[in-house]
Formats: sequence, C-alpha cells, structure tokens
Amino acid sequence: MKRAINRPRKSLWARMKKHKYIYLMLLPVVIYYIVFHYLAMGGLVIAFQNYKPKLGILGSKWVGLKHFEDFLTGKYAWRVIRNTLVLNLYLLLFGFPAPIILALLMNELRDNAYKKTLQTVSYMPHFISLVVVCGLLVDFSMSDGLFNNVLALFGFERTNLLGSNQYYRTVYIVSNIWQNVGWNSIIYLASLSSVDNSLHEAAAIDGAGRLRRIWHVNIPAILPVIVIQLIMRIGNLMSQGYEKTILLYSPVVYETADIISSHVYRYGLEKTNYSYGAAVGVFNSLVNLVFLCTANQVSRRLTETSLW
Amino acid sequence: MMDKRTPLEKVLHALNYAVVTAVSLMCLYPMLHVLFASLSDPMRLLAHRGLLLWPQGFSLKGYQAVLSNPNILSGYMNTIIYLAGGLVVSMVLTPLGAYALACKDYPFRNVLVFLFVFTMYFSGGLIPNFLVIKNLGLYDSRWAIILPTAVSTYNLIVMRTAFSSVPGALQESACLDGANDFVILYRIYIPCIRATMAVVCLFYAVSQWNSWFNSMIYLQSSSKWPLQLWLREILINSASGGTSDDADALYLQELIRYAVIIVATVPILVVYPYAQKYFMKGVMLGSVKG
Repeated sequence: MKRAINRPRKSLWARMKKHKYIYLMLLPVVIYYIVFHYLAMGGLVIAFQNYKPKLGILGSKWVGLKHFEDFLTGKYAWRVIRNTLVLNLYLLLFGFPAPIILALLMNELRDNAYKKTLQTVSYMPHFISLVVVCGLLVDFSMSDGLFNNVLALFGFERTNLLGSNQYYRTVYIVSNIWQNVGWNSIIYLASLSSVDNSLHEAAAIDGAGRLRRIWHVNIPAILPVIVIQLIMRIGNLMSQGYEKTILLYSPVVYETADIISSHVYRYGLEKTNYSYGAAVGVFNSLVNLVFLCTANQVSRRLTETSLW
Repeated sequence: MMDKRTPLEKVLHALNYAVVTAVSLMCLYPMLHVLFASLSDPMRLLAHRGLLLWPQGFSLKGYQAVLSNPNILSGYMNTIIYLAGGLVVSMVLTPLGAYALACKDYPFRNVLVFLFVFTMYFSGGLIPNFLVIKNLGLYDSRWAIILPTAVSTYNLIVMRTAFSSVPGALQESACLDGANDFVILYRIYIPCIRATMAVVCLFYAVSQWNSWFNSMIYLQSSSKWPLQLWLREILINSASGGTSDDADALYLQELIRYAVIIVATVPILVVYPYAQKYFMKGVMLGSVKG
C-alpha cells in the first residue's frame, strides 16, 4: 500500500532513467528541430522590430505592428492576397477532385497489368524536378512552342502564355494537376482496393449498375480519406507554390502571378527588408493556421472525421 | 462474374479505358517530346511544328555540348555530394526519432510528438530561416544545403508507422536478454522494415536531387551550386535571351536545353522502375494519422 502511494512521486525520474537510451536517441533529433525549426520561429519576433543584422535581435528597435500596417495598407497587399487565394481556390476546385476521379476510373479497369502500367506512368511527373517542369512550361508556352502549336490547330492566336495575364493562371493550374494527379491518386486507389467485395455483390444483386455502385459503395468507402486529404490541403492553402511561382513569373504578369510568399521573397530577401518580410510571413502563416483549424472543426461537426 | 452489362455500360467502360489511357499518355508525353527533341537535328527541329513523335533527323551535338560544359559537370558533382551527405545525416537521424516516437509510455513523449508534428503546420518562414542560417555561419557553406532538410517530419511519420507494425514481443524478449534501445533499433527494428527504409531513403534522395530553392538563397559561390541551379540558369533565366548572332550557336542552345533536361532526369528515371513498387506502401504509411 505504501509503495503504491509513493510511486507517482518517485516515478518520473525513475521512469525517465529507465528510458535513458530513448532520450539519448532523441537528443540529436530534438537539437535538429530546435535549431532548424524553433530558432526560426523565435526569430519571428523581428516582425515587430526594425531588425538590423548588425544590431541583432537584442539591439534592434521595437516598432510594434508597423510592418503589418505597412503591408496591409500598401498598394500590393490586395494584389498578392487576392492572387494567393484565387490560385489556391482554383487548385482546390480542379486539382483536388482530379486524383479522386482518376482513382475511381482506374479502379474500374479490369485488366490488371494494363492498370498497373498506366498507374506507373501517371506517377512519373511527380518525380521530375520542379526546375525541369518549369523549364518545360517556359519552353512550351513560347509563341512558337508546343502549347501554341497545339492551340493554333484550334484556331487560337499565338502568344507567349506565361507572359500573358490572361493565360498565366491556366498554365500554372493545369501543370499543377499534371504534376500531382497520378501521385495523389495512389492513396485513393489503395483505399478503393480495400473495399469489401461483398458490398459490391450485394448492390449488384439489388440491381445497382456500375455507376450506382461507384456512387453508393466506392465513394462512401473513400470518404474519410477524402476528408482528411481535404483538411490537410486546406491547411496548406496559403503556403504552397512559392517555388513554382518564383520560377515561372515575370514582372509582366505580377498582376495575376505575384503571391504572398513571392512578395516576401522579393521584398524581404532580395531587398533585405528582413522585418517587413518576416511580418508578411507571420501574416501568411496565421491565416493559414486559421484555415486549418476551421476546416478541422467544420469537418469534425459534419463528418466526424478530423485531424485532431 | 456479377456483371450483366447494359449497352450503355459497355460504352462507358470503353470510354473509361480511353480516358485513363489518354491521361497516362499526357503524363508521359512531355518527357518523350524532350527526349526526341534532344536527339534531333537542330535545323529540322526548329522548322518542325506540332507534336514530335520521333526525332527529326539525328544528332548528339546537344549531349556533346552538355557533357563538356564545366558548369554542368561541377553541378553534377555538387548534387552528388549533397545527396550523399544528406542521406547519411537523414538516415541516421530519422530512425532514431522514429523509434522514439514508436515507443510508448515514457515521460514527455506527447510533448515531443507535438514538437515534431507542429512544424508540419507552422514554420518560421523564409526570412527567419534565412537569418538562422546566416547567424549560424552556414551561409555559402555546403552544410546549409545538407542540414536544414536533414529530417522530414513526413518521413519520420512514415518510419514511425512501420516501426509500430513490428511485433512488440520481439522487443520484449530482447529486453529480457538485456538489450538496450540502440541494440533493439539496429538489430531488430531496422532489419524488420527494410522496405520502408528503402522508401524513406528514396524520398530523401529524390527531394535532395530536385531541390534548388535552398541552394539559391544560401549559396553565393557558383562553384557550390547543385545541378538544379544550373538547370535554372540554362532553362529559365536565359530562356528569352537568344543573344547570339550566330545561327548555329542559337540552334545549339536550343538543343542543349533539351539535352540537359535528359541528363538531369535520367538518374531518377533509372531508379524509378525499381522503386515504384514501394511507392504505394510509403504513401499509405504516411497517411495514418495521430
């Protein structure tokens, strides 16, 4: 009895000691996370300062929310926020369903070897480097490039697609779908392959055709996966695409192409307004976090599926 | 089987085959186009309009120019250095972290899980990361390419999930034999999940091979540039600058652009067929929540 009472007090140190090797293992990993993730998070305080590299964080002057104000009242705020949202909403609208549809279609193929070959081929774009993908896009989009050659067959006028505010987003979004549709369909295909066949048989006996079985058996079966993927996608809504944007855009298309993170890159890093850049970055991350939490809450209410 | 297909369904089935095949062809074609273009005769290539279904003429001049370009060769070397260095660091750290995450019931475990997973959803962002690298004295150093990406939380979770599937009885009996956690990790856990180790290794390798952004912001001296940064110079930054008056040089430039893509992508495409059977496994392991 006495031992049982004493146990909690003694146990923390004793239990830690018992697992000492685990802490030893974790040490380098924790150091990595602190140095390369949490130091930078701490460094976010420069968003509230006039950070000068010479003075350091401790010596620089505090300016409160000045940089946030500068950004939000500046003439580019609306442009970059709008572009970020528009690009990502289009991606959500077209890019998110695309792999689900592809998976549903592939799942209907009966010839397994053929199906496997097509799958393998469709993953490939995911492994091609972004620089190469963007290099191809630049090349194909030129007025004598492949895209224009194809478009010309349908009577379109030749124009440099990436240099036009009218077409930039289309190129960006379609190429994004191209890069990811196959890879992102893997997870849906895997959950489709675990659908219990007896459900299909029962539905068939009840007279359900192919289409109705897809609608009433397959889609409900993968719905939890879809929801989780959707929440994660919304959680990245504002943080994606800066590498691609920086590779693809040019001053002529800033009106439709410039997004928050590329704005941070140009003004914060290239023009070395570190504090301003950090402030815009904080703004971006916070909005992102709000999206993630909202999506998670909504989904928990509606579907009882959530990340946490 | 259970199918009694109506004519409508037969049509739909055929249509489905056609659509999926077309999508896959579209995924494949751009690289084929590049391959054919890189082998073409530059004059005929420039005159050609429309889809390229076969090389126009035949020439290896593009490849000759690429393989004798010192920048590309040094880029290749640098990429191999970053790849090898990065893999060593990553494949030491990731199993250690993943093992600790797979173990249960030790104090502060949940704090640590949160510490790792939180970074997937929130980060300091571009500027603070840059300043950390600068203040650590890593700016323009090769470590700036290797260390910041040493652990990917996603890969950590993939490996953690694989470790969790190793039967606990193995661990218990090893414990009774007096083995400590390091022995259990290296003698039992890692040999049990060889396939997952390969997947994670591959994920790290591909992302290091393809990465360019960190090199762009952290590396000043072009002698340390990886291949992807040289690709960017050739493919994107000089794309509109057909400055040379010499027509032959201009044609060659066009050819080099295609050849360099092939040279930079072939290593991945060579590994690809061997690796692809593991992809599904890796994605599924990473998708388990919690």
